[in-house]
Amino acid sequence: MTVLARTERIARPTLVFAARRPSTRSARRMLGAAAVPLASFGVALAAWYAVTYLVLSHERRFLLPPPHAVLTNSILDWTHLKPMLDALLVTTQVAAFGFVIAAAIGIGVGVLMSRALWLERAIYPYAVVLQVIPILAIVPLIGLWFGYGTFARVLVCVIIAAFPIITNTHFGLRSVDRGQHELFTLARASAWDRLVKLELPSALPSILTGIRTAAGLVVVGAIIGDMFFAKGDPGIGTLLDIYRSRLQSEDLFAAIVLASLLGVAVFTLFGALSRVLIGSWHSSADAAKK
Amino acid sequence: MALVNTMRDADARTLTKSTQLTFDGVVKRFPTGTTALDGIDLQVGRGDFVAVVGPSGCGKSTLLRMAAGLDTPTEGNVAVGTESVGFIFQEPTLLPWRTVRRNVELTAELGHMPKAERRVRADAAIAAVGLEDFADQLPRALSGGMKMRASLARSLALAPEVLLLDEPFGALDEMTRLDMQVELQRLYTGKTFTAMFITHSVSEAVFLADRVVVMTARPGRIAEIVDVDFPYPRRPELRYDPRYTEYVSRISASLHGGAQ
Repeated sequence: MTVLARTERIARPTLVFAARRPSTRSARRMLGAAAVPLASFGVALAAWYAVTYLVLSHERRFLLPPPHAVLTNSILDWTHLKPMLDALLVTTQVAAFGFVIAAAIGIGVGVLMSRALWLERAIYPYAVVLQVIPILAIVPLIGLWFGYGTFARVLVCVIIAAFPIITNTHFGLRSVDRGQHELFTLARASAWDRLVKLELPSALPSILTGIRTAAGLVVVGAIIGDMFFAKGDPGIGTLLDIYRSRLQSEDLFAAIVLASLLGVAVFTLFGALSRVLIGSWHSSADAAKK
Repeated sequence: MALVNTMRDADARTLTKSTQLTFDGVVKRFPTGTTALDGIDLQVGRGDFVAVVGPSGCGKSTLLRMAAGLDTPTEGNVAVGTESVGFIFQEPTLLPWRTVRRNVELTAELGHMPKAERRVRADAAIAAVGLEDFADQLPRALSGGMKMRASLARSLALAPEVLLLDEPFGALDEMTRLDMQVELQRLYTGKTFTAMFITHSVSEAVFLADRVVVMTARPGRIAEIVDVDFPYPRRPELRYDPRYTEYVSRISASLHGGAQ
């Protein structure tokens, strides 16, 4: 009888280890994930206000106008915002154009270099030169040779962005698994099939790494181009320079924010692109998400 | 590749009707001066299943790669009696961006076989290795054993007359490995291709092959060739048969004798 009573007692446990409901858990995690960046944004804004009102005297406040002034006097004022958006579009077009050319040249040269060792030795030094030239050092020469208009702006983008695509393409093509190469050798694959069906797909993660880097660089290149080659429609870089010279600091900050947003948009776009293209099979896609 | 083809034609005379694969006085020296293989003479008959066992570094894989044309002998000749050769690597070597079906189709695709025909062949090969339910999956969704099945299917899709296998199950866990041995043996019994199988596992060699070639280490020489008299198909229980154990211990003894 006592044994039976004891069994009954154990059958009604006081502690229960049950799985937590996943829905509340993920909702809480999402809230937690959003709370931290929001809080840090709040801290950053507070610091901005602190510098504006506590550090800077009234006469020097133009060096860092308060956030709400940037918002109301510039971003929310259509007569100020309109020219900035037009300029941003011009800069975006130059950057996009330069990017497409840099990608075509970069992938083309990368493929060419990987075809033979002598080609690599012949071309690679020039690719390196392209990379090590300080872009600002050849800006005067570009202006002298190609004028101070859109062509020069695009050229700056190409020069600044081609190198990471060249090297990453070349590296990717060189890193194809040896066994997979032998598989193609045994199947007597043509050189074209080997390139298109093995080497390029295999190098794709690496090429996309180069492309992501290049996409960030063309934005920088386009803004530099705007500043030095001001002929034609003004770009956001042109406006940055004008606002600086006229001490329109609220507009200057607004233009910086817009230029940054362009950079963020490009970064996000190409992150998403890599995930779509290689997310299904390549392990580095997981790393790219972070 | 051209070099190997010429070699195949020139030495066709050394092949008799019943031999599919001939190694004739094969020597392999590496540029460093080490002799990997020394005077290998071996004939593999049509429909034979020959396993080559030896300590690591004895050049057994090099022997197989010569038969495939991936390597050339320093001296001697390697002759293959057919153009229809399949090769199984130690790694599954699947292309990670292709589904299982498109991986299995690859060799046929590179040989410009019409799409409809290679699809039929690929599906048949996938069914033969029992991967029907995974045909549209990417390799990363597959276990090690399933990847190796896909690799087998890729070779079988072209119905090769000679199948060369380079330690194909070496990277698998023990249980999967035993399953794959049974699977390969079943495929061999059904299709009767000629097989040359490189392994460092004596029991694997005895289970699969009708002839086991025992090699010595550096330089690689043939120590002994043992005929294994078990009829196909062989059942997994054969591994507990005393005669099987006897083969294994005899070949192991021969291996260790050669190593000393």
